Amino acid sequence: MADGYNKPIPIPQPESDNYWEGAKTGELRLRKCDDCNQAYFYPRNICPDCGNNNTSWIVASGNAKIHTFAIVHRPPHPGFMDDIPYVPAIVELEEGPRMATQIVNVEADPSKISIDMAVKVVFESITDEISLPKFEPA
Amino acid sequence: MPVMDKLKAISGSIAIVGVAESDNIGRVPDKGPMELHAEAGRNALADAGIDKSEVDGVFTAGYSTYDIAEYMGITPHFTDSTSVGGSSFVIHIAHAMAAIAAGYCEVALITHGESGRSNRARAAGNPGLAGAQYEAPYGIMGAPIGYSLAANRYMHQYGEDRTREAMANIAVSTRKWANMNEKAYFYDTPMTFDEYHDSRWVSWPFHLPDCCLVTDAGAAIVITSAERAKSTKKGGVNVLGVAEGHDHSVLHQMPDLTRTWGRHTGPQALEMAGLTHDDLDLAMIYDSFTYTVIATLESLGFCGPGEGPDFVANQRTAPGGDFPLNTNGGGLSYTHPGMYGIFTVVEAVRQLRGETGQRQLDTCKLAMAHGTGGTLSSTGTVILARD
Repeated sequence: MADGYNKPIPIPQPESDNYWEGAKTGELRLRKCDDCNQAYFYPRNICPDCGNNNTSWIVASGNAKIHTFAIVHRPPHPGFMDDIPYVPAIVELEEGPRMATQIVNVEADPSKISIDMAVKVVFESITDEISLPKFEPA
Repeated sequence: MPVMDKLKAISGSIAIVGVAESDNIGRVPDKGPMELHAEAGRNALADAGIDKSEVDGVFTAGYSTYDIAEYMGITPHFTDSTSVGGSSFVIHIAHAMAAIAAGYCEVALITHGESGRSNRARAAGNPGLAGAQYEAPYGIMGAPIGYSLAANRYMHQYGEDRTREAMANIAVSTRKWANMNEKAYFYDTPMTFDEYHDSRWVSWPFHLPDCCLVTDAGAAIVITSAERAKSTKKGGVNVLGVAEGHDHSVLHQMPDLTRTWGRHTGPQALEMAGLTHDDLDLAMIYDSFTYTVIATLESLGFCGPGEGPDFVANQRTAPGGDFPLNTNGGGLSYTHPGMYGIFTVVEAVRQLRGETGQRQLDTCKLAMAHGTGGTLSSTGTVILARD
């Protein structure tokens, strides 16, 4: 674990174990419904569109564009005190689904970041078990 | 889908006969949230002139109804703890209508109480929920960040400058109403446009005055059949239309960050009431953030997508404007303990009864109260009428 990491840490669940194992190895894994032929986020065994469980895992390209972002100046949790200003975002993956993340390696300034900007995934290891997929300008 | 014929058959079948806040709202460090529930419940029953022993239906959110009913000494025959954020208490009105129409109960008590400012306990999240795994680790926690993400998408689609001006209009007009409500947190504190624009950032694009207050407060509502309401202390405010629902929980699952489920609840509640937007004298719209009001007015159908900034321009929603909005001063400037929705109903009922003193509208016969819960997730709409 990175020294003094005191932000919320995901606790993998049975249906998300594979997602977090993938992140640890540098893969962004998505669920895909083989009936709908459509990827979706977040991971769950039953397709949220058709309700069938004819679903599989795919590895996403990691390419995405920013759907929206904000710049946080008032930390919502003591763990983010040293991070402000930081850039939470929702990105739209090349495969279609949207996911929440942070934009990193960019100045936290609304004139330096734009909606629809191309970004690509990077993984930040926060514990031995958990790496967080974040995104940086492509 | 809702069956409109059946809904229209029970339109006007119940009435709100009592509303109240807790004895104190704002900073109340000497009372816990359960006590705020109980105080508000007692005060609302007194407002109705109905004894606690007659309550046979209880409704709450944030706690289970058995916690609140036990605390207050109530043993109900109908119980509903539907908890979908700040809209819950508006949705409870719809459930009370169904329960009373079906014969489950005759006197419904909806209570709310939260020590948002002074609470000593913080609830731990459920690690299995999507928010805990896929949003919180990125610092996407709490309402200001989620709603600011949605607001920036709106700005991108409909223009940053005009959205900013609309948010300023809402913040300033709502403050003007608060300056006319002695119970409001900001009763004595006016705010100019310059002060709005010069204020610090919380989560860009939100300035501090774009964000609701965090207070301690409770409120309660008493409902009975429209027939029985006629013989209560103040008479009834009839419930003509109701609607509820949600289309996501966590923000990144929201289908369109600029459209809430109000797109269904607004039209449904109005159709059930047999009314149109233009018939309404007052709109009480949950204002967790200035942006919430813009997106909600559009979703409810008061104006089209992207037209909100024009709709609220030039202080149209302020005292003296032709679209009275959030006349209590709203979550932005009156009170906001966490799940504010019930207070939209309290103010609507008071305006319809003509009890709001210097901020009383000249004409107020029909009002909409609308709650939003979660992260723009759930909505509840009611249409209220005074004969």
